Amino acid sequence: MVARAAILGRLRRGLGRETDTAKAAYAEVERRLATPTANLIPQRGRPPAAERIERFIEMAEVAQCTLARIENAAALPAAVAEWLGGHNLAAALVMAADPALDRAPWAAAQPLLSIRRGAPMEADAVSLNRALAGIAETGTLMLASGPDAPTSLSFLPENHIVVVDATAIVGSYEEAFARLRAAHGAQDKMALPRAVNLITGPSRTGDIALKIELGAHGPRRLHIVIVERGFEADDGTAPT
Amino acid sequence: MARDVALFVTCLVDFFRPSVGFAAVKLLEAHGCRVTVPAAQTCCGQPSYNAGAQADARAIAAGVIEAFAGFEHVVVPSGSCAGMIGEHYPALFAGDALMEPKARELAARTHELIAFMTGELGIKRMEGRFEGAVTYHHSCSSLREIGIRDEARDLLVGIEGLELRELDGAEQCCGFGGTFCVKYPEISIDMVARKTAAIAATGAGTVLAGDLGCLLNIGGRLSREGALVEARHVAEVLAGMTDTPPIGGRR
Amino acid sequence: MEVTSERFKDNATAALADPHLREALGMIETNFGRNRVHAIARLPEFDALRDEARAIKDHVIAHLDVYLEHFEAKVKESGGVVHWCATPEEACQTVLDLCQSVDARTVTKGKSMVAEEIGLNDFLIANGIEPVETDLGEYIIQLAGETPGHIVAPAVHKTKAQVAELFHEHHRDLDPGRSLKDPPDIVAEGRAVLRQRYLAADVGITGANFLVAETGSTVIVTNEGNGDLTMTLPRMHIVTAGIEKVVPTLEDTATILRVLARSATGQEFSAYTTIATGPRRPGDLDGPESFHVVLLDNGRADLIGTEFQDVLRCIRCGACLNHCPVFGAVGGQAYGWVYSGPIGAVLTPALIGLDKAHHLPNASSFCGRCEEVCPMQIPLPKMMRHWREKAFAARITPARERMAMGLWAFVAHRPRLYRAVSAIVARLLACLGGREGRLRALPLAGGWTAGRDLPAPEGPTFHSQWRTQRRSRRGS
Repeated sequence: MVARAAILGRLRRGLGRETDTAKAAYAEVERRLATPTANLIPQRGRPPAAERIERFIEMAEVAQCTLARIENAAALPAAVAEWLGGHNLAAALVMAADPALDRAPWAAAQPLLSIRRGAPMEADAVSLNRALAGIAETGTLMLASGPDAPTSLSFLPENHIVVVDATAIVGSYEEAFARLRAAHGAQDKMALPRAVNLITGPSRTGDIALKIELGAHGPRRLHIVIVERGFEADDGTAPT
Repeated sequence: MARDVALFVTCLVDFFRPSVGFAAVKLLEAHGCRVTVPAAQTCCGQPSYNAGAQADARAIAAGVIEAFAGFEHVVVPSGSCAGMIGEHYPALFAGDALMEPKARELAARTHELIAFMTGELGIKRMEGRFEGAVTYHHSCSSLREIGIRDEARDLLVGIEGLELRELDGAEQCCGFGGTFCVKYPEISIDMVARKTAAIAATGAGTVLAGDLGCLLNIGGRLSREGALVEARHVAEVLAGMTDTPPIGGRR
Repeated sequence: MEVTSERFKDNATAALADPHLREALGMIETNFGRNRVHAIARLPEFDALRDEARAIKDHVIAHLDVYLEHFEAKVKESGGVVHWCATPEEACQTVLDLCQSVDARTVTKGKSMVAEEIGLNDFLIANGIEPVETDLGEYIIQLAGETPGHIVAPAVHKTKAQVAELFHEHHRDLDPGRSLKDPPDIVAEGRAVLRQRYLAADVGITGANFLVAETGSTVIVTNEGNGDLTMTLPRMHIVTAGIEKVVPTLEDTATILRVLARSATGQEFSAYTTIATGPRRPGDLDGPESFHVVLLDNGRADLIGTEFQDVLRCIRCGACLNHCPVFGAVGGQAYGWVYSGPIGAVLTPALIGLDKAHHLPNASSFCGRCEEVCPMQIPLPKMMRHWREKAFAARITPARERMAMGLWAFVAHRPRLYRAVSAIVARLLACLGGREGRLRALPLAGGWTAGRDLPAPEGPTFHSQWRTQRRSRRGS
């Protein structure tokens, strides 16, 4: 811990930190961290509610996503099968073991679609998981890791399908962080999951002669399915 | 009501091309200024300042502050020197209880020539004639220290016979940079060659700028290339004083 | 990595003669430069956001000790460990110890300038561990054994033909007859080859664009997704980061993110922005079992309270490089170390010493574009000038230059002497220039006349003419 003391000591000397100003410094930091506040949010992050989804779609397309809108969870299996067929991909995918996603009638609606739940393996060509939020400002998805949601689903397979509730599409990153905090924070002690991914389009690189190529390491294709009425249970309660 | 103006000639104008100084005087007098040229001026001190010789820079600057005390306006036909006085003199004397206020005071009444003409003098149009296509190079200091961009164009546009052509990369540095051009000559020459290539691409017969440092650099390169493009200070065209040979041109 | 900053002039000479490099550098301006302009046009609040980003970083720097303690506490809370390292040697040893604690054979690496700063790859190799760069650009220069050509696009100086050649040379298991003519083929091969390395790696090392004090998170920003595969698949995740990377909250991170990608490449937002907090949680199916943050000082703390403090605001976007005419002429490798362009010119002397790096802050025309485009409003030319001051005072500036400046200053604040000398010399040069009005060569002016003529003075100086005119006016 010698280095720690030395580094902090150098910092304090450089800052001219005396014991009396130290208290003020600690108080200032405590205050700022206790109440995280949004700074300036640009107009683009505050679209009118009625335009939010359109803006999200527009920006996500700029980032080279494809998108589909469906009415409810019941329509999801067909939408997925259609996308797979349209890209000549085998009817197989690995999915997050998300109880909300399980509300879709996979076996009934698409019996030929082979689904494995869990973490992806090298051979998996298509993955599917759910986003905590969509951000209209830049067409960005926010995904959080968890026991039902391994992060590698968003990175290993070449094709990535993300399901997002229409009601989870917000304007700005800050609103998405608010949803994140609500999902993961106790009153005074927020505990983030291991990974929160903000994903804007498929993987890409410009490292070869500055020419943009997709699918550098992460997915080559990112398809977003927006579900209008979300994943309500049969009794009408909202999903967790 | 005549404005009381002191001309800061600049060392490059004094040494290489006095006609720029006379053009500035003519422009100012034609627009109601009474021009004085304080005899004790030499250089603004920028070469020493940028070389890191701050004590020398302060000695030179102190002389400038004294020489220009009491004049209502100080006008400089150079963005670089006007920037030195206006932006850097206060920093040069920061913390000096005697000199810092004087530096600030001088900075507040020092103006680059074009900025002065379009700003303080409120000139919107110039009369005059100049036949031919002209392109304009923006000096870095004019853009980023003085903060002028379209002002010179606005004045040139009114000149009869003058066709102004856009220079690609007009805001790119020409590679002069004071002593940079002789300390890192290969890089500097590469930069000025890009500039002259862009000038050639406009097809203009004349390149203008508001800084003699840039113009000596660009004019010198044009001359070495055997290009037929003439380099002049914008004040010469505005003052209708283009009978002189261009920069680096035959007498 | 060998430091060659002292040989900047030779490096620059070689760079200026390299046609491939010049072509690549030309593309940077067209791609990154223009895209940035378009991106900013689509975000009217850009300048206001720059102001806020600057204020956030200034606030952090003013409280950096407190924020680092807070960050450390939150990392611990989430199950991670923070290691404080004052020097590159300490940081390398710390990383090695961690790797050895899990018997690591291979290590995948996301892009980390700090890891290059401490020479981590060479150190690991010397100790029997194989580091594999996963950012495609870094992988390419790793194969080539070179230093980065750009902060954001490290292999920008390589043509696609050169990359194809490297792949043919190093990917020996693959069919030698395969075509790597087109970029998609090259990228596909990079993806396939590196995929195996991701899956086999024992440890993943990433850098950090941000360290979030509120949550104890590290944030990385990539387009490829390589950083994510690097941190998610192996057993251990190590983050190497400079102490100045702290930001207070997630909201503050969002503010700075808004100016980062737009300044760097002109994208609205990078493909992947990942907020990583601690090791895998109970029940997680992937993620590292252990999470370590190696904080590096290496001279940063000493910048606080000095005229170089503002450089700690840097978010490594590369905008200054993209707009610098000197960088645009010679490229990143000429600077001789990890950090190039204007930020390199300011940071390198601070980190490796002015005696080695003095050329970098001197090789600038002070055009000011860097400061103009910097999203964090760092006064880069001012700080380069400060380095020049120190070099002058320490006599690192060559004697000839100091004497010339001394002579100039001697004359320049003696107006009468100045008048006399300048009048004589101006007339002399006017004479030498003759009817041509220019000088092709001149003693002591070889730097100028190597590629330019020197326009001859008109003859009598302005002041001598003015004095004559005034005398004649008085006389009449």
